Amino acid sequence: MGPKFLRPLSAPDAEKGRAAQFGPEHALALDAGRTLAPWTIAYMTYGALNEARTNAVLVCHALTGDQFVASAHPVTGKPGWWETMVGPGKPIDTDRFFVICANVIGGCMGSSGPAEIDPETGEPYGLSFPLVTVRDMVRAQAMLLDELGIERLLCVTGGSMGGMQVLQWAASYPERVISAMPIACAAKHSAQNIAFHEVGRQAIMADPDWLGGAYQLQDKQPSKGLAVARMAAHITYLSEAALQRKFGRTLQNPGGVSFAFAPDFQVESYLHHQGMTFVDRFDANSYLYITRAMDYFDLAADYGGVLAEAFRGSKTRFCIISFTSDWLFPTVENKRVAHALNAAAATVSFVEIETDRGHDAFLLDEPQMFATVRGFLNSVAAGQGVA
Amino acid sequence: MATMRPDLAAIAEMIPEGARVLDVGCGDGALLEYLTATKKVDGRGVELSQQNVNACVARGLAVIQGDADTDLGEYPSQVFDVVILSQTIQATRNPKGVLGHLLRIGRRTAVSLPNFGHWRVRLNLLMRGRMPRTKALGYEWYDTPNIHLCTIADFAALAKEAGGEIERALALSEDGSTRPMRAEAWSPNVLAEGAIFLLRAR
Repeated sequence: MGPKFLRPLSAPDAEKGRAAQFGPEHALALDAGRTLAPWTIAYMTYGALNEARTNAVLVCHALTGDQFVASAHPVTGKPGWWETMVGPGKPIDTDRFFVICANVIGGCMGSSGPAEIDPETGEPYGLSFPLVTVRDMVRAQAMLLDELGIERLLCVTGGSMGGMQVLQWAASYPERVISAMPIACAAKHSAQNIAFHEVGRQAIMADPDWLGGAYQLQDKQPSKGLAVARMAAHITYLSEAALQRKFGRTLQNPGGVSFAFAPDFQVESYLHHQGMTFVDRFDANSYLYITRAMDYFDLAADYGGVLAEAFRGSKTRFCIISFTSDWLFPTVENKRVAHALNAAAATVSFVEIETDRGHDAFLLDEPQMFATVRGFLNSVAAGQGVA
Repeated sequence: MATMRPDLAAIAEMIPEGARVLDVGCGDGALLEYLTATKKVDGRGVELSQQNVNACVARGLAVIQGDADTDLGEYPSQVFDVVILSQTIQATRNPKGVLGHLLRIGRRTAVSLPNFGHWRVRLNLLMRGRMPRTKALGYEWYDTPNIHLCTIADFAALAKEAGGEIERALALSEDGSTRPMRAEAWSPNVLAEGAIFLLRAR
């Protein structure tokens, strides 16, 4: 059966994907000490699984991403979030690989999350939904792969929070991961990143329409708070240089400033637009839950504080990619992972892409990144005898 | 492998089968690929240029984009059987520091370098009174990446100072042939175009 969606679909022709449902006999054990049952994980697949089941590539999405990696978003009708990377003939070539992308647990595009109906009460979970972690997200994906009959993944990849999931996959299920390509991420969320997330959460919770998380019951939505959270976060995805290049101090009205607080500068209008469009497709409580999951991520902490221990004995081949102007997940954090992998005697490559586009560069047209991804996947596929 | 650069071929000959190898300044990965194919080594690389790292990744090699001058401190001690530094030491900012790290990280360190004491270099400076430009060192003094050129005798002295001991030393001649030499001897320092050293920590 198909996944459920929060709102009526505005893009009726869009492929809605599928959802795997697990009953009480397959409860999802969560790090918070609770179990989720029944639970649902919504996903999309692209390309075809080969007979030997050796060409599966799992793509993990970022904080506000979803399973629609390479096809139109069913709510907004916009192209998939990584269509530059995933598709026929693209670096992650769906003519060769079977690509799976699942909505994370705690998300709002059909997987179990705070906006979904709690079967026990018949009402939306809201804040009664248990807190989830990146490891919970990965555990849920592993159960989905069991359901799909996929034992090993040719590659797991993703950027930002997707990259955190990649690292968790490699640590939790090393024997299932032939290669891993974490992009623009870190093995732990930094104090600065936690701080930014807290600003976003406080903006949501300060919105009178948040109603202690129970806004769905009154058919409301903390749109203003969620939009502010998105605006603040969006700045962290760019760079000073990119903002300057795109907007500078250009005014909305070339005649001059208005001496009022309506947006005078183009960069203000741009941020407002980012905030407004976001609330149409994203659930505010989901935003709280997923930012929290990222804050809690600290892979080394699960291994006595030594990151290398997370990868001890790993046979997985790693390729880590960072971007010069990414200050959210800077090169130094990505390189820390590379050094830990080296210390664990794992096989790791590391590439730093020169760009001024900040953290979001991983979603954009970056030819050197495409060349890296294509080259790495080709060599992994060749090593596994995948055509 | 006919196309292998002579100094790389000489280094390859020094690497035991199945060794763990770190190639610092591995370029496009030609040597690592060759060693992986012929000696079944477990090879890793460090390379500054992003294009070169991409070429390595596409070859299926494990290469970290990084800088020998700043990144070698991150590597644990004695984890590689052989660490290679080919035609790179003259481009580092701190050759002594780099060499010290290599001797720490690897049980053996293989270094190849151009010889600035070669008679053609000496003659060039003597006759023209200008900074020498040769086939092996084809840059003007102001745009050369080779900021720390040295002679064979200079390197032999540095190796000692950095805590290393010379196990083998080969003189590389212009025709690409190699022969064993005594690094302190007068003649290779004049006649050899380059040198290959195999060092270990004292």
